[in-house]
Amino acid sequence: MSGTFVGMPAFPAAAREAVRDTTLRGNLRHATHTIRAKRARAVAELDDWERLRQAGKRIKDRTLRHLDRYLVQLEESVTAAGGVVHWAADADEANRIVAELVKATGETEVVKVKSMATQEIALNETLEAQGIHAYETDLAELIVQLGKDRPSHILVPAIHRNRGEIRDIFTREMGEWGRPAPEGLTDTPADLAEAARLHLREKFLRAKVGISGANFMVAETGTLVVVESEGNGRMCLTLPETLISVVGIEKIVPTWQDLEVFLQTLPRSSTAERMNPYTSMWTGTTDGDGPRNFHLVLLDNGRTDTLADEVGRQALRCIRCSACLNVCPVYERAGGHAYGSVYPGPIGAILSPQLRGTASEIDASLPYASSLCGACYEVCPVAIDIPEVLVHLRERVVEGGEAVREGNKVRLRPAKGHAAERAAMRAARWALTRPGALRTGQRLASRTRRLHPRTLPGPGRAWSGTRDLPPVPAEPFRDWWQRTRGGKDGAK
Amino acid sequence: MRVALFLTCVNDTLYPDTGRAVVKLLTRLGVDVDFPEAQTCCGQAHYNTGYRHEAEPMARHFADVFREYDAVVTPSGSCGAMVRELYPRMGERARSEGRGDGLATVLAPVVPKTYELTEFLVDVLEVTDVGAYYPHRVTYHPTCHGLRSLGLGERPLRLLRAVKGLELVELPGAEECCGFGGTFALKNADVSAAMGTDKVRNAESTGAEVLCAADNSCLMHIGGTMTRLRTGMRPVHIAEILASTEEDPSV
Amino acid sequence: MSSRERILGRVRRALADVPPGEDVPVERDYLREHGERTVEETVDLLAENLADYRAVVHRTDTGSLPGVVAELLSARGASTVLVPPGLDEGWLAAAEVTRVPDEAGSTPHELDQVDSVLTACAVAIAETGTIVLDGSPDQGRRRISLVPDHHICVVRVPDQVVASVPQALERLDPARPLTWISGPSATSDIELDRVEGVHGPRTLEVVLVR
Repeated sequence: MSGTFVGMPAFPAAAREAVRDTTLRGNLRHATHTIRAKRARAVAELDDWERLRQAGKRIKDRTLRHLDRYLVQLEESVTAAGGVVHWAADADEANRIVAELVKATGETEVVKVKSMATQEIALNETLEAQGIHAYETDLAELIVQLGKDRPSHILVPAIHRNRGEIRDIFTREMGEWGRPAPEGLTDTPADLAEAARLHLREKFLRAKVGISGANFMVAETGTLVVVESEGNGRMCLTLPETLISVVGIEKIVPTWQDLEVFLQTLPRSSTAERMNPYTSMWTGTTDGDGPRNFHLVLLDNGRTDTLADEVGRQALRCIRCSACLNVCPVYERAGGHAYGSVYPGPIGAILSPQLRGTASEIDASLPYASSLCGACYEVCPVAIDIPEVLVHLRERVVEGGEAVREGNKVRLRPAKGHAAERAAMRAARWALTRPGALRTGQRLASRTRRLHPRTLPGPGRAWSGTRDLPPVPAEPFRDWWQRTRGGKDGAK
Repeated sequence: MRVALFLTCVNDTLYPDTGRAVVKLLTRLGVDVDFPEAQTCCGQAHYNTGYRHEAEPMARHFADVFREYDAVVTPSGSCGAMVRELYPRMGERARSEGRGDGLATVLAPVVPKTYELTEFLVDVLEVTDVGAYYPHRVTYHPTCHGLRSLGLGERPLRLLRAVKGLELVELPGAEECCGFGGTFALKNADVSAAMGTDKVRNAESTGAEVLCAADNSCLMHIGGTMTRLRTGMRPVHIAEILASTEEDPSV
Repeated sequence: MSSRERILGRVRRALADVPPGEDVPVERDYLREHGERTVEETVDLLAENLADYRAVVHRTDTGSLPGVVAELLSARGASTVLVPPGLDEGWLAAAEVTRVPDEAGSTPHELDQVDSVLTACAVAIAETGTIVLDGSPDQGRRRISLVPDHHICVVRVPDQVVASVPQALERLDPARPLTWISGPSATSDIELDRVEGVHGPRTLEVVLVR
């Protein structure tokens, strides 16, 4: 599979390609604008939306600020209900645990519910290498898997594909994986959904092992919650004999009652529905109903490092609704792949550099993949101040400083490639704390203004490649003020 | 009331007409506005690019220059937001870095008394009809920091609707960012330009002659895109529209 | 050191700035239900929201229920129907279909051969158009309302109807396996536009019985 992000170019370079891809631009524009308007309507139906949002934020903060206590409580309640809890410090360990659990069943195939956590750790690829086939069953994940593609959206990983492209992928690839697409498959969404139904049905019915993530885990009861639409989740969660759920440690909510907030805010934020078609809640195992064996793999993989950052930890409040992607003007134009992570968009831009660190070129560039317009913060149902975290991570990139990596305190060096900028910023600060120096600069610019080109050479082309420069005026304001006392002397 | 104009470094250097318009407008409304000449820059570009520590002396300088005034008026949504939203945050961060309350204490006094121009007009002076005349078809772009950080809401529109001769037309996708974003315009020039182009195309579709906003930084980007795309539209700061009268029209 | 200890240790070190004994109070000042409605209006809202997400809604009384169920099965052309063990036998009294019992030993392939399923529910939520099944004897195992393509769910109104999500959670027992159903299966995965009918039952009929 080509589903890897290793060696991604930095965001600006990847985005440049995307901006020029007119099909991609059209697909993304259509999809994000459709969902934007719908979300706004669904949210407007609830006149206590802001109070729900604040409650959601507080519940998640409560969890995060006492995560050790809630993890232990969750472990106890899941165990008491018949589940087995495993702890995975990183992706390798989680993959190893899952692979061993699958092998212990003697099975060589598993069905999967869409799960960001297993995408993050590249579970499918790891299982495949050990002879275990993992079948994605969410429609969009299926499109990505069949198309040997990468996900580009949290909720709708195949958002970059339009109906015609999906039809072509189904027609070409389904036969390789199982039941082929029906003859003469059209590109109407209903027909495409039907093709997926037929293709996956045999896999569901024979599956012995299901793998999922979870949207929420309730510490006090040990209940796991999966929110979905198609019924593929229910298939994976109830038909197999063994269920393995890989869940990030931040997905806990303390109490059963806490769900009343998120079950209102999540569906409206993600698919713009009052309620998604199916939500499954299970607590351990139930005699005679559903899987006999339930394993919960609690995943760290950079989450505790993120938790150690007082500003950045709010990113762990995320409930993966993807509202921030749908409103983001940068995401709309750059597409999800440019972010070089399973977490694209604004939330990805603050999550990936924290989970993975800022050492790679792509991760160091992500905090800058935003105009700081704030639309993401405005729609976030748990009020993550994404612009605040972006700026904070920019600081980490240019200044370096203390951070935690794999549980250890490290001192980060300022990122390479920012030396010239740093010098310029320092010089600007020097001038801008000295009014006299500013004035000298302004007068020089005014005096030489006839010599200024409207376009710039070298790095200045970043501006003037697409935009004209404003002309420099004959005199700066402060000279006019000094000359005329603000026009009070009648002078112009 | 002692009122100071914080023009911002960008306006001072590149858009003196906006500064003159603010002075003219406020003077007409009976406000004796001062321009403290020691003013420079709020530090926003530094802060937002990740140079918070470089921005700190600039913020201190700002607080020092404007400490004595009762109100500070700025014709820039983003610089206003820098002072109001981010200065308190800078103080908090310094505190959490173990540097004490010094910065927070220095910055605190200027925070509540700093107003973006349209806020000052509507909330402090309590005027919406400023006696302006501007016989043009105009569309209004709410800039992001004015819209989301300061929550300017309807204020600019109420002011524009009261302008004689002005035909206000709605901008499709108004609340979408124009793509400027400070150093974003340079660091992600392609995405920035694509956003700017969409903004300009939307503006063009209104048939307006003028796209108006309350922030010249965004207008520099939008205007530069307009001339490059040869649209014939003009970017104009809202202050210049509100300052224009029948006796002394601005173009 | 086990990974459990490693992770818990990392968490504790990460939270060194959190004062010991601190709690984060959660203000629950949001609404317990949205708007004021009579019981009757709440039931109407349930019907409206169920229909809005393409569930087919029928309203009847206890006496006429067997007739309605028989009609729905026959209109569907169903010859077999899955029956949870504790379902009121009277509900199927008028239907001429083969009853397939919900048994632990049935394989998914066998369930896939059954035309329809008839269940009761635990609670229904008006504001969201949701029915919740909790695996009680009149609802059966989770899979029986999943594999057959046609699900008829009987809701006793107004007793089983609540206005809102918070009210529903109060009534539900987390120890039971719960399935929340809002309309037939659907997807928004193609161009973020919703279409009904994927893996779960493509036809959901909800009978509101007074």
